[in-house]
This record gives sequence, C-alpha cells and structure tokens, in this order.
Amino acid sequence: MVETILPVELKNAIVRKGEKDIIGPLDLSFGATGCSILIGPNGAGKTTFLRLLHGLERTNSGAVRWAAKKSDVFSRQSFVFQSPVVLRRSGIENIAYPLYVRGVAKKAARTEAEKWIDEIGLGDVGCYDAHVFSGGEKQKLAMARALITKPEVLFLDEPTANLDGASTLEIERLILAAREAGTRIIMATHDFGQAKRLADEILFMYRGKIRERKPTDAFFNTPETEEAHKFIRGDLLL
Amino acid sequence: MNDLLAGLQSAFGLIIHLDHDLVEISLRSLQVTVSAVLISAAIGLPFGAWLSVTRFRYRRFAIALLNALMGLPPVVVGLFVYILLSRSGPFGVLDLLFTPTAMIIAQVIIVTPIIASIAHQSMRDLWFLYHDLLISIKTTKWQRMKALLWDGRRSLLTATLTGFGRGIGEIGAIMIVGGNIDHLTRVLTTAIALEVGKGDFPLALGLGIVLISMAILINLAIHILSRTEREGTW
Repeated sequence: MVETILPVELKNAIVRKGEKDIIGPLDLSFGATGCSILIGPNGAGKTTFLRLLHGLERTNSGAVRWAAKKSDVFSRQSFVFQSPVVLRRSGIENIAYPLYVRGVAKKAARTEAEKWIDEIGLGDVGCYDAHVFSGGEKQKLAMARALITKPEVLFLDEPTANLDGASTLEIERLILAAREAGTRIIMATHDFGQAKRLADEILFMYRGKIRERKPTDAFFNTPETEEAHKFIRGDLLL
Repeated sequence: MNDLLAGLQSAFGLIIHLDHDLVEISLRSLQVTVSAVLISAAIGLPFGAWLSVTRFRYRRFAIALLNALMGLPPVVVGLFVYILLSRSGPFGVLDLLFTPTAMIIAQVIIVTPIIASIAHQSMRDLWFLYHDLLISIKTTKWQRMKALLWDGRRSLLTATLTGFGRGIGEIGAIMIVGGNIDHLTRVLTTAIALEVGKGDFPLALGLGIVLISMAILINLAIHILSRTEREGTW
C-alpha cells in the first residue's frame, strides 16, 4: 500500500484575482476520512477553494501542502464540476478516458468502464454519444468518470445544482458509496438538506474566509457567527 | 451563351469518351493536390492542436501570423519555391523544378497555414470546454492534443477539405514551378489557362466543369464516408 496523500494543509493561503483577494488567508487542514461540506453564498469562494486544493488554481501567497510527493498527489484525486464536462465520445469512452490517460490497456479500461456504466444505470445507452444525455445522466457520467480511478480524495462542486430529486438521490448514493469505500469527500453545495444528509462537518464560507467549521448537527443547531445564523435562517447575505 | 452551351457539350464529350489527355491531367491534378493536402494535414492539424493547448509569450503573435499566412499569394509562393529549386538555388541539385514534386511542395506551403489556422480555431473552442477536465485528470500535453484531434475530428475534416478546395483550384504557384509541361506537369487549372490563351473557350470551359465536378464529388465522397450529419452532432 502506498502512503496516503492526506492530510492536506493550507498555510496562510491566498488566491488573488487582480487586486482582490478571492479567498484567504486560510489556515486549515483536512484529515484522511469523512465528508466535509462547504456552504456559503455565491461568490464566497467555494469553487476557488476546491480548485485550489485540486491544483487548478495557484496560491498568490501561502501554500497548500499534501502529505505525499507532488507528482503523486493530483492523480489520486478527482473533481466533479458543477456543469459536467462531457467529452465528444460515447458514454463508455467518457468513463474509460481517465484510465486511458493513466496507461491502462484499452480492453481492461473498457471492461472497468462497463462495470461503472451499469453501476450508474446507463448500461443500455453507454454506446451512444454522451452529448445526447440529459443533464442528470451527464452528471452521473461525470461521477463515474471521477470514481473509476479510485481516488483518495473526491472534490465535488455543487454536483446536483441543476438536477431534479431523482438524479440528486442517485448522485448522493454514489457519494455515500465512495465515502464508505474510504474516499475523502470535500464538496460545495447550496442545498442544506443535502449538507445534512451527507456531511460529517460543515465549513461555512463567507467573503473568502472560513467563518465556521463544526460538526453538521452542531453547525445547524447552534451556529456561532451572525452571518452563519442569518444564512441558515434564509436571510439574504450581502 | 453559345460559348457556355458549347462548353457543356465539350465537357460531356470529354467525359463520355474518357478522353485520354483529360484523364491524365485530372489524375495529375488529384495526385498533386491530394499529396499536398495529406502532407499539410499531417503538419497543420497537430500544429493547430499544439497551438490550442500551449501558452507561450508570443502566442497571439503566432496566431495572427498564421491567420495572415492563409492569404499567401500563390504566385509569390511559386516564385519563392522556384528560386529555391532552380539550378542556382540552394536545392538545385535535387533537380526538382518542373516536376510534380515541386508542385506539391508549393501547394504544401499554401495549404498548411489554411489547415492549421482553421483547425486551431475549432480546437481552441473545444479546449475551452475541455480545459478544466483534462487538467484535472492530469493529462500530458500530448494526451490533450490527442483528445482535441480525435474529438474535434469532424471540424478538422472541414479544415482539411477547405485546404483541398484551395489546392485543387490553385494555379499561380504550380504554373511557375510546374511549367505546364504536357504529359509531365500539366494539370486541370494550367490546362484551362492554356486553352483560354489559345482561344479554345469550349474546351477550357469543359475542363472547368470537370474540375468543379471533381471537387464536388470528392467533398461529397468524404462526407458520406465519414458519416457527417449522421452520427452525433459534431
């Protein structure tokens, strides 16, 4: 067994766009297990925070430190975007793609992808072009593509933002199964119900900073900060 | 009007009798342009993909230059290749001037920027869509280029056919480096120019109609073979 890439630690991390600090300074760390959910209003920096951890953004000052070598880190995590990016290929080929990239033989990769496409209930349409799939199907496809590499960390950026109840349920089932299998989940959502269903802990983000970090029940029952209180109550946070 | 009718008649006559000279120059036209387009695609498509996924200091300048090269005047390209290949030129020893090879070289210079530029245009849009995902999956630059080339294949086909269209109707460069030598470097376009010069308009028109029909047929054949507009939407 290779050493784990977790915990990950942010040290005084700041991301700037132009003159403005989008997030930070942030000092926190994530341990090896569980499901952490980021909530907060639009523009709070949730997406940038996830992208920073995943290496899609760079810090302007401070650092993100993983427990393993940099070359190992990013290939052992996956990211599911808010609007799923679908390759112009069939469903199966979409799911198998990360394995091709990692040098898995074509046949083995396809066999694995077929397992996953059955798992997400798209077995019958797997050979069709993925662009004709519905929004929910595309997001399930993106989930399968993220999970096929057996990532240690799975980042999800509002994965169910545009989906209906049934699709949301499916995605949540996949997230829970991944968590059971030991994948560390770090996710952003606007859906309090979803946060309560999935999260072990909540990180409340506001104006680029983590204002509160608490176990799920404690956060929703007794928020400490005024902003979190307002946010949970449904007041507009400006 | 009479000239047009006579042209049509002469075109049918040439085609029905499978005129030996006509077949020869048509095949040479195809040989020159298809070879040139294949070479240009082999250079231009990967270059377009590379340009889409690579950020470097003078990228914008490189793209502007590439777009400008799309409008290279064939006569000047011909002259340039002529000087390079002429006896006193640097590649004179190869003895390529007034051969189909020289014509292919000239056309490659004309067609490559067209294919590269149009290919880059479409792959840049695709890269905009794929960017986050392909970086997230930790692809290498080569894998990114491969994904763009494969997933963008339909628009790359269009880019290649545009290059073919430019090549098959081109005359300025191949006239200079080929010389329109009968049974050696005469192609449809140079033959048309010659017949016009001689005043044989019906024959010139007939050859013109053959040229246009050939271009249309090749385009149709490739679209049917690659099943554009049938599978998927790209």
